[in-house]
Amino acid sequence: MMSSLLSVKNVEAFIQQYHILHDISLEVQSGEVTVLLGRNGAGKTTTLRTIMGLNKVSKGDITYNGEQIINEQPYRIANKGIGYVPEDQGIFGELTVGENMRVAVKKEDERTTKRMEWILDLFPDLKKYWKKQGGQLSGGQKQMLAIARAFVNENDLLLIDEPSKGLAPIIVEKVTESIQQMKEHATILLVEQNFQMASNTGDHFYIIDDGQTVLNGKMNELQENQELKRKYLGIL
Amino acid sequence: MDLIINLVINGLATGMLIFLLASGLTLIFGLMSVLNFAHGGLFIWGAFTGVWAYQTSGSFTLGIGVAIVTGLVLGVITEKLIVRPVYGNHIQQILITLGFMLVLQEFIKVVFGPNQKAVFPPAFLEGSFIVGDIVFIKYRIFIIIVGLLVFMVASYILRRTRIGLIVRAGVMDKEMIQTLGVNIKVIFMSVFMIGSALAALSGMLHAPYSGVIYAEMGLEFSILAFIVVVIGGMGSFTGSMLAALLVGLAQAFMAYYFPALSLAVNMILMTIVLIFKPQGLFKVEGGAR
Repeated sequence: MMSSLLSVKNVEAFIQQYHILHDISLEVQSGEVTVLLGRNGAGKTTTLRTIMGLNKVSKGDITYNGEQIINEQPYRIANKGIGYVPEDQGIFGELTVGENMRVAVKKEDERTTKRMEWILDLFPDLKKYWKKQGGQLSGGQKQMLAIARAFVNENDLLLIDEPSKGLAPIIVEKVTESIQQMKEHATILLVEQNFQMASNTGDHFYIIDDGQTVLNGKMNELQENQELKRKYLGIL
Repeated sequence: MDLIINLVINGLATGMLIFLLASGLTLIFGLMSVLNFAHGGLFIWGAFTGVWAYQTSGSFTLGIGVAIVTGLVLGVITEKLIVRPVYGNHIQQILITLGFMLVLQEFIKVVFGPNQKAVFPPAFLEGSFIVGDIVFIKYRIFIIIVGLLVFMVASYILRRTRIGLIVRAGVMDKEMIQTLGVNIKVIFMSVFMIGSALAALSGMLHAPYSGVIYAEMGLEFSILAFIVVVIGGMGSFTGSMLAALLVGLAQAFMAYYFPALSLAVNMILMTIVLIFKPQGLFKVEGGAR
């Protein structure tokens, strides 16, 4: 039986006075890509932000590697080995590509150097534009930089929020390929609206609707179930 | 020609003093979005404690050291007790830091007395030297050198070290930098302390320059520093340097050629910059450059 790296149980969360997450429960298994699916405004991004400590949990439990991380400071959660790629990519626009990478590196050792080389081979554009300011990159390059930055440390879990958002189909393909390659090195919890990308990368899925996890299962089962796709994802 | 050179030196010296005060203010604003009106209080505390140590011991260097330590300690107190409870609320920040500025100002009178104090440069910086036909006042050159050194060291740290990268990144996106494993509170505190120490250093260096110190000068210099921060671009370190030099030079030339306009020149400069470049000379996408 596979071990659960991240466990979210009956989590509720507010943003200011708004009750956004009503009852989120999910398990992320080591070595897999788990995809959060759902319509716009269902609570997927808030779920990732809550796991990362950027939103307070009002009720429920979150454990990572068997350790409670509920309402911990985001930097502590990051230092436990969770990398985060936000929906807006979070690129530091006035830092160069190289500086964006350097600022993320926690330990400068041989392993990190090798990891950096591997990731720059995966995203050669980053090497090419190493001295270019982050704010001047294209949408796809920014997305690659955001993913690379989260991956440069030996994080066991990556939380990636809508990597395909606003990207041209050809770039989406490239990002999909890179996530498939990263899968061999880290566990991934992915929020994705693009079902094609989600189904090409995901092993398991959770559907979030109105702040609640309403369904989960293996991705290949969902791919074949037209009724569920129509009901929760609006895919005809 | 001599006159022009002397006016330039006066302007640069004044500009460097304002830069030392404004640089801390701009970093604190850029990183923490804090409008710290108590900054001028740190300036006068640096001046008074530094001058006290200098006049008691006879060592100008010790005076500078004491001023810097005072700035660091007051920085911790200001950040922890005054600013931390009002992060994210500018109205409360203005009210509480302005209140604290007045407390610091009045407390100076309690500790050091209400009267002005005369201060002279140390013997090794007194007087002038002549190059060609031009007379250079030693203390003004000293201030310019200190200002340049601080600018170069701080620029090096901000641009070339990882901690500098973290500060610059934190100015741009506080949330993202935390998700990269950085404890932003420690960074906030460190920047606040350094900014406060620079303000205190500025106060100490200003004392022999103006020849007299008094409790109310903190508020006067605070306003100058805010003007510089606005002109330079809020959060921009390089911008604050250029704006401070601009303000210093404008003041020096106006005071000589159009004395009636010398007080208004800063406001005129700020108005012009705000009309044509509302975000300041250096547009800041977040912050410190």
